[in-house]
Amino acid sequence: MVWYIVRRILQVIPVFFGATLLIYFMVFALPGDPIIALGGDRGLNPAVAAALRAEYNLDKPFIVQYLIFVGGLFVGDFGTSFSGQPVSDILAQTFPVTLRLALLAVTMEAVLGILIGLFSGLRKGKLFDSSALVVSLIFISVPIFVTAFVAQYIFGVKLGIARTTVGAGAPWEDLILPAVVLASVSFAYIVRLTRTSVIENLNEDFVRTATAKGLSRPRVIRVHILRNSMIPVVTYIGTDFGLLMVGATVTEGIFNVPGVGRTLYQAIIRSEGPTVVSFVTVMVIIYLVANLLVDVLYGFLDPRIRYAK
Amino acid sequence: MRFNRIGTAIAGIGIVTALALTGCVSSEAATEGGAGSAIITTNGSEPQNPLIPTATNETGGGKILDNIFAGLVYYAADGSPQNDLAESIETEDAQNYTITIKSGTTFTNGDPVTAQSFVDAWQYGALLSNEQLSSYFFESIEGFSYDEDSELTGLTVVDDTTFTVKLKQPESDFPLRLGYSAFFPLPEVAFDDIEAFGENPIGNGPYMLDGKGAWKHNEKIDLVVNPDYEGGRKAQNDGLEIVFYATQEAAYADLQSGNLDVLDAVPDSALATFEDEFGDRAVNQPSAVFQSFTIPERLAHFEGEEGKLRRAAISMAINREEITDVIFEGSRTPATDFTSPVIDGYSEALEGADVLEFNADEAVKLWAEADAISPWDGQFPIAYNSDGGHEAWVDAVSNQLKNTLGIDAIGAPYPTFAEIRTLVTERTIETPFRTGWQADYPALANFLGPIYFTGAGSNDGDYSSEEFDSLYKEGLAQTDPEAGNELFQQAQTVLLTDLPAIPLWYSNVTGGYSENVENVQFGWNSVPIYSEITKG
Repeated sequence: MVWYIVRRILQVIPVFFGATLLIYFMVFALPGDPIIALGGDRGLNPAVAAALRAEYNLDKPFIVQYLIFVGGLFVGDFGTSFSGQPVSDILAQTFPVTLRLALLAVTMEAVLGILIGLFSGLRKGKLFDSSALVVSLIFISVPIFVTAFVAQYIFGVKLGIARTTVGAGAPWEDLILPAVVLASVSFAYIVRLTRTSVIENLNEDFVRTATAKGLSRPRVIRVHILRNSMIPVVTYIGTDFGLLMVGATVTEGIFNVPGVGRTLYQAIIRSEGPTVVSFVTVMVIIYLVANLLVDVLYGFLDPRIRYAK
Repeated sequence: MRFNRIGTAIAGIGIVTALALTGCVSSEAATEGGAGSAIITTNGSEPQNPLIPTATNETGGGKILDNIFAGLVYYAADGSPQNDLAESIETEDAQNYTITIKSGTTFTNGDPVTAQSFVDAWQYGALLSNEQLSSYFFESIEGFSYDEDSELTGLTVVDDTTFTVKLKQPESDFPLRLGYSAFFPLPEVAFDDIEAFGENPIGNGPYMLDGKGAWKHNEKIDLVVNPDYEGGRKAQNDGLEIVFYATQEAAYADLQSGNLDVLDAVPDSALATFEDEFGDRAVNQPSAVFQSFTIPERLAHFEGEEGKLRRAAISMAINREEITDVIFEGSRTPATDFTSPVIDGYSEALEGADVLEFNADEAVKLWAEADAISPWDGQFPIAYNSDGGHEAWVDAVSNQLKNTLGIDAIGAPYPTFAEIRTLVTERTIETPFRTGWQADYPALANFLGPIYFTGAGSNDGDYSSEEFDSLYKEGLAQTDPEAGNELFQQAQTVLLTDLPAIPLWYSNVTGGYSENVENVQFGWNSVPIYSEITKG
């Protein structure tokens, strides 16, 4: 198991270099000069523009820029944004916010999704099951920005029971509404995944054996059905957590959450190379770690995977 | 046994998250407390540059700087300059100015504001190696250079409250410029560590930062009243909370729900409804933003006499009223000149302004005359950046040109502002392109010289007209503003025949405010005059 984890961590190294190089190249290849854009419609005087270009190393060839950037990463220097703020500060400020948002969302979707999915599966074809299927279908088919705007309007503007946007410092209570919106789609998927899995496992031989042995129904459900049904669900939750950590751009924009997605979006619009690449690098690492955790959890859930190698 | 293993795995995840969470709790606690009852909340955006007056050229930072600094003059709602720190600004010839400032005023760190504070700040802003984005504001002061570090020799400190300015040539609108943020004074401490200063600026305006670290990046900035400020903008409330929004929609939702007191940008999605929703509390008035598109002289079929005819035909083929009504829901005002209605000296009845009115017959006639010189072929693309909400109107203008003139006009989108600006700056763009201008200070000259004067910095179409240049220069040399404006209007009639840019409309400032606040008035530059707002 330890070797397995070490091997997985070593795999992160080439992925890290590949991803940063690729992303740095893409930002570099973006048409348009960010320094010229800094001047707005009026434009900058050429000497000032040249000096700024030199300050941000934009006048150097691509590979030199990349090496300077990566060299900086190893001494903890992520570069600075155009407003003069170290990118490491921006990272330290935004990632905790997004992490809390993602945790809230994942907790909600996992707890509710698994519970409802389990009951649905156990009562296949009954009213509860059918309604769960219909509700989850609705959540899946409505685009998330629609859910977000509707939720913002109803709960924030009309009923006034939630803040329309997230206030400074992103307190937990402000994050609930965006988290509900983020959770809505994944919740629906988890309900459906759990339900299908549970139905499959209900007909398995080992479930029948367990029941025949005289185990109580709750214990059969908990140990033999639910646990075995969790494998696809855990995979899904793991990747979803990774996605939430990196990709809630739309929702963060609508609720003005000072998190990763919103900040990255602004940095892309402003062509701030160092900010974009640093963010994406951290995102890649988070995604890899989330996947690693999922794989490790597999091992705990299913001994066959653990002892395979 | 197995359960335990799962337990440890979950506990492991729990520890990681707990660590991250404790990191956040402290930041949460810091935002609580200290909020007075009459703090005005308003929308803003994360400043793109450090909060140094000469380093800021965009509205996110400008909104903050204007409230924490006081310059020689400030602008009233109608754009007229009022003395702030200036006692008097005198000149005989529009070239040599003697500026006297009020004595006894201080920065919020207790340092006195002297003539030296102004001169040092201007020298700093103008110096090439300081890389200040607004350095061009000092270009007309003697000694300024774009090519090397050089001292502004035209600035002389006479005594603590007096200094003189010598310009390279007479420019009568110089006093009008002095309310712009680039001309604010700086305390001595700023030059010790300008980077630290840009993070926690020390000003002398009606407001000041609410302690160190009041600028919470990407979230908001808190300003409180500066008790020592005694100028004409004394704050009528307890402070400002400027919240940074990434999207206008989010800010609008906050205004609707009462989380925000004053909003100065209504998103496109709410333009049709915001006036009904907010009634008396909705704001929709012209501002100092001029929109146009430019057809450079170097394009085929657009040089010389043929180009003149074609530009006039294109201008007359556009129904500006229709587009501002239908596409912009009345949030734009059709253009009648090259400046803006909020500027002193604006006239809606300039000679030749009928070229800006929709006239299909005349347009077709002029286009045919041009075809007689050289027959038209090819497309008429209008380049725009698709990250700025321009698609709808470019398509509408293209359709009108297509319908009236029968030419193949289309929109040519570029993904980002950076991309199109680069092409325009390098002169590699081979199509007409959209252009816009937001005035830095309320003067006709600011809409004309920087864009249409031969060789000017923002003369993207490389327009050159001796007649315009001489009228403009003559206007600048007048010490009487009325006489100057007269000449600027004449200069505009030259532009109306040549149409170096096709004027389209003036952007309106659209906004609204909540029931909690009163006395909300928007300034000439589309920003609310915050010091006047009361909250009851």
